[in-house]
Amino acid sequence: MHQLATAGGGEKPLLSLSDINMTFGGVKALKNVSFDVRPGEVHCLAGENGCGKSTLIKIITGVYRPADGASIEFDGETYSHMSPVTAQDRGIQVIWQDLALFPEMSVAENIAFQTVLGRWPKLVDYGRMRKIAEDALARLGVTLDVDLPLKEYAIAQRQIVAIARALVGEARLVFMDEPTASLTQSETDHLLDIVRGLSAAGVAVVFVSHRLAEVLEISSRITVLRDGALVGVYPAAGMTQSRITELMTGKTFDQQVRAKPRDGQPVVLDVKGLSRPGQFEDVSLTVHRGETLGITGLLGAGRTELALTLFGMLKPASGTIALEGKPVRFSSNRDAIAAGVAYLSEDRLSLGLIQPQSIADNLVISSLDKILAGGLLSEDRKGSLVGRWIADLGVKIGLQQDAISTLSGGNQQRVAIAKWLATDPKLLILDAPTVGVDVGARAGIFDIVARLAESGLAIILISDEVPEVYFNADRVLHMAQGRIVGNYDPRSASLAEIEGAVYA
Amino acid sequence: MSAIVERVKAVIGPEMAGPGLAFLAVVLVFGIASPQFLSAATFGSVAFQLPELGLLTLAMLLPILTGGLNLAITFTANIAGLTLAWVLQASGGVDAGPGAFLLGSVLAVLVGAASGVVMGLVIAFTRAHPILVSLSMMIFLRGLGEFLTRGGDVSGFPAFLGPLGHGSFLGVPIPLIVFILCVLAWHVLLTRSKLGFNTYMIGSNLEATRYSGINTRKVIVLVYALSGAMCAIAGIIMLARFNSVRIGHGESYLLITVLACFLGGVNPFGGFGRVIPVFVALVVLQLLSSGLNLVGANQHLATAVWGLLLAGVMVLRFVATKFKISFVRKET
Repeated sequence: MHQLATAGGGEKPLLSLSDINMTFGGVKALKNVSFDVRPGEVHCLAGENGCGKSTLIKIITGVYRPADGASIEFDGETYSHMSPVTAQDRGIQVIWQDLALFPEMSVAENIAFQTVLGRWPKLVDYGRMRKIAEDALARLGVTLDVDLPLKEYAIAQRQIVAIARALVGEARLVFMDEPTASLTQSETDHLLDIVRGLSAAGVAVVFVSHRLAEVLEISSRITVLRDGALVGVYPAAGMTQSRITELMTGKTFDQQVRAKPRDGQPVVLDVKGLSRPGQFEDVSLTVHRGETLGITGLLGAGRTELALTLFGMLKPASGTIALEGKPVRFSSNRDAIAAGVAYLSEDRLSLGLIQPQSIADNLVISSLDKILAGGLLSEDRKGSLVGRWIADLGVKIGLQQDAISTLSGGNQQRVAIAKWLATDPKLLILDAPTVGVDVGARAGIFDIVARLAESGLAIILISDEVPEVYFNADRVLHMAQGRIVGNYDPRSASLAEIEGAVYA
Repeated sequence: MSAIVERVKAVIGPEMAGPGLAFLAVVLVFGIASPQFLSAATFGSVAFQLPELGLLTLAMLLPILTGGLNLAITFTANIAGLTLAWVLQASGGVDAGPGAFLLGSVLAVLVGAASGVVMGLVIAFTRAHPILVSLSMMIFLRGLGEFLTRGGDVSGFPAFLGPLGHGSFLGVPIPLIVFILCVLAWHVLLTRSKLGFNTYMIGSNLEATRYSGINTRKVIVLVYALSGAMCAIAGIIMLARFNSVRIGHGESYLLITVLACFLGGVNPFGGFGRVIPVFVALVVLQLLSSGLNLVGANQHLATAVWGLLLAGVMVLRFVATKFKISFVRKET
């Protein structure tokens, strides 16, 4: 697996940057950063959100111009800054996380449109485009129908189309920004194979990913950035995930299983034989007071649909839900909230929080009745309620009136948790609570979860990252294709055992 | 000290900058251009012209805040006016008593609200675009009104309605009193009620609001119902001012109400906007047209200048944002 790790060793670097400085609105985004990539190597750029990774990539691809004194050396030529055109001409390509593709256009058009731009005569040669697209896909060992509109393909295939487009531009150096963020494990494995193939063909790949396991698997060297400064460059051999996390955050994390037996506590949620055909089948589970039940499984396993059913937003076809012994039937999520169920959405940007609105309004939206005085909303009551939760959950904010979108992912998530705690829930369902939250801030979120459980709240923790549920839940359920297929106690099961079952 | 400044800023709000500056500019320019501008007569004419446009603008404001639009406002107002006229005529026309007026007004408001409820239900349940839904309602109401009135005027109302359109109470025109009461009601609704709070939230993100446990359909239906009821109040005032009802009355106000909302800093995509800046924007528009009238410009030119004013304010807002950004960058 690691035979590629030494592929580029000892050669003259393909790309070499030094003295890179960049400032935005008074904030130093990059401080004297240097960075180099060897021909044909797979190099990982690691760091928390906001550490300067994207800024660095944008400087290399000519989007940003670094402060004076910078030196960018690419394949023998030295530049003080890049321009997008130079970067393209020299074979530097980026595949952004959003892929920047055209869903309505065909695969062939997506792959080859740049090659037909600016030629004379200004006519589109579809035959040539199709040929170019097929050749590029063949180099990746993939067959797709190049005439189909891109939107017909799933995200994994779109990723491959984006890579094929980069190859058409005679790429020498390809940046991949979080390429596996929305892929399943088998799709990720396939993508990593493609990356190895590129590397073997002499194309250097710079890989940006939050998933440290695959970073270690694929790369030969790792450059770590923290707060806009270079921490160091490390060979991947001998690195561990926890060591990278420490380097990225500057803190040490000692992850330990938090699970405790909670069976003696009264049952808060009792679900029997719950089904929604095509989404989940015959799900039975219980959650006790003070217990954190972890549910893991791949995307599409029916986890979110199950959660939305418990939250009253979807109706079960059959089965029963009982809260504290009483059977409940919700006609909407308003009934669920009134009964003491809260649901933190997996999609914080478009469903969990109202991004343009203020921190205060987002926090009180689900508990407006608590800030009424004489039938009208009271600014004073709102201010004190918000102030209390902000302090309690340690949210770092400027003004309560600032838009929630101005906060970091971790702080936004704390506000989202506070919004639900303000409704006095008995059961809190957390769906992928660390998506878009920095590694350092994740621990803080789980400290809050542990404290809430300790205070008696029943919690369902849903995550597709097995270690998250393994270390933070009292019990772990494995869901696959809509069914619960495994039930583990983290105190007796090993992480590898659960991961093996989930990613099988 | 800065805390006080923050507090004042929070009360006035950033939306106030546009209409506030426009107000100062209009008063300054016409104050210098025409000595009669800063007189009781100007303010008297503004005070009588403001309420019709103002009430219709209030009716437009709520749907815009939810990210929608109500194109049926003028026809809803006149259909409500027709309802009142019908009750008055059935009770003896010019001899109708105050009781008939009261009953007719209640029915008028109910008819206005009903038109809103229908639009709200369609928008909330089918997720059809508010422009299309309210456009359908607009065409329906216009056709219905033309059918009922044969395209003409309905008149012949009791004399005691005159003061409602032209009278004054303690020197303040009665239509203006009605309008200011409605402005205050809308202000309280939007800043202090759950419905108002949810209106803003829906305007920014309907799905996230629904996930937060808000009955978004109910909010949308209520918003359009209130919009329709406000149209009815405008319709009653128009009936009293013109001493007649015609389905086409105030038709040209429709897009001016949208303009007044945007001039008042309301976000065209919903979620943000306050009543008081919109009120100031309305005053500016009326002052502008009165001022142009005073310096001898053609009345039709006033409408053209309104358009220019809005475009100007948009450009100024854009420049102001740009300036702020470059200012921050220079600081570094």
